[in-house]
Amino acid sequence: MAWIPTLWLLLLFLIPFLVVAKISLSEAAIAMPPYKPILTWAADGFATLRLQFGNYLFLLDDPLYLSAYGESIQIAGISTLVTLLIAYPMAYVIARAEEPRRTALLILVILPFWTSFLLRVYAWIGILKTNGILNNALMGMGLIDAPLVMLQTDFAVYLGIAYTYLPFMVLPLYATLSKLDGTLLEAAEDLGATPWVSFWTVTLPLTLPGMLAGSLLVFVPALGEYVIPALLGGNDTLMIGKVLWNEFFANRDWPIASAVAICMLLVIVAPLMWLQRIQVRREEAAV
Amino acid sequence: MTVSRYVMPSLAALGFGFLYIPIFILVVYSFNASKLVTVWGGFSTQWYGALLNDPQILGAAWLSVKIAAISATLALILGTMAALTLVRFRWFRGRIWLTGMVAAPLVMPEVITGLSLLLLFVALENVFGWPAGRGVLTIVLAHATFGMAFVTVIVQARLRDMDLSLEEAAMDLGARPLTVFFTVTLPVIAPALVAAWLLAFTLSIDDLVIASFVSGPGSSTLPMVVFSKVRLGISPDVNALATLMILVVGLGGAIAFWQMRKAHRQAQLPK
Repeated sequence: MAWIPTLWLLLLFLIPFLVVAKISLSEAAIAMPPYKPILTWAADGFATLRLQFGNYLFLLDDPLYLSAYGESIQIAGISTLVTLLIAYPMAYVIARAEEPRRTALLILVILPFWTSFLLRVYAWIGILKTNGILNNALMGMGLIDAPLVMLQTDFAVYLGIAYTYLPFMVLPLYATLSKLDGTLLEAAEDLGATPWVSFWTVTLPLTLPGMLAGSLLVFVPALGEYVIPALLGGNDTLMIGKVLWNEFFANRDWPIASAVAICMLLVIVAPLMWLQRIQVRREEAAV
Repeated sequence: MTVSRYVMPSLAALGFGFLYIPIFILVVYSFNASKLVTVWGGFSTQWYGALLNDPQILGAAWLSVKIAAISATLALILGTMAALTLVRFRWFRGRIWLTGMVAAPLVMPEVITGLSLLLLFVALENVFGWPAGRGVLTIVLAHATFGMAFVTVIVQARLRDMDLSLEEAAMDLGARPLTVFFTVTLPVIAPALVAAWLLAFTLSIDDLVIASFVSGPGSSTLPMVVFSKVRLGISPDVNALATLMILVVGLGGAIAFWQMRKAHRQAQLPK
């Protein structure tokens, strides 16, 4: 029985990456499927292996791809920071709340995650539009004279990512904050630390693991995000997920799309391995 | 303590506002009589009528529900097996593979999962002739795979917290392993199984990116239809659809809170 899930994941999770790697080395063709085989068998039994590294060279050559990688890392990084700043006070308050308030607040954090992701991103279009709700409200209050351009900017993408990934940040933070030893804070207070000092020197360092875990859970998926930059970002918001999508769906260039995916994997492999190590360590700690 | 009494609660209140104000606006404007989504033109329920008369949306919604139900069930079975293997079968030789692979789909960017599964399906079709074309079957297989990761994490946590002496007692009393599993383990982990199935269902019904890659002609799921509508601009019937979904989820949340509170009170009763 133990083999069934293992084989399932081998077939539908690991092997697909090998297929992607293979196709990233093949040549594009106008056919279905739109690529040439890398291994061909001649009639006399000789096999020819044609590996095309051209796709990768093309990615390096065209500044579009490199800047898309750079911009994705930048956007995902800023969004992760924004998410952390919004999530920390929420997790802090939830961890200190009494039952049943604590459960109620936790459910309030998780609940939006159960509604449609697409529709939550969609909600921001109506708010951020030039003649949208936020601009109307700001102009109504006399704070601005002309509408601000907020939709189709990087700012909208940061907001969208922070908004949709918030629960992924709050939950790990809550887990570490609720395990925080209260006596340490009392000790700091007894020794004369002001609340701010004890927060900066005791609470914050001790919750670093939760901050890292949450940041990872936001950063890695945000890096490959397609829907948010497509709906909230501008045409000049180049994120790698969007580039891959366009190569695949608009240009129908499967080998290039595969090469983009392999390069994306290389960027996220370090954080992923780290997550894996946390998982394995937790496994071992549980034995 | 000013930090914990004033600063953090006010910042947290802003955070909760950030989380709920867009949802609130979505709901309010679904009852807007005006076609311009951001201009209030009086109360109306016309968009709900438009939604219920749109065969494309209804068909896609029904397809999505079917796909979500089947793939969540598959994910539940596979994920529970994986969780049992990781927590109980320490002797299992493929453990290192399973541990390595089981959490990765949780954070894998969807475009990569979608593309890699599509290329796998195409390669399989070329070599074995199966799966023939892409459609409901390939979406189900893809959703079961990433749903399984979430199921494993949830069930694993519950299995770890479970009191092992219950199973040992049953075995001491002569129950065979399978009997122990069905009469002791399964009832204990049942709440986690329900939560895991619901999560896998939600993830499947919500997925746009992976489904777009692995679907075929005639198998457009609800998010795919909504996405193509939204790309053309905001439309009030999408607000109505969102409100209906929020209603269902809100009810679920209320039930969950009520159940957890009941369990909490029972746990606090003097024994």
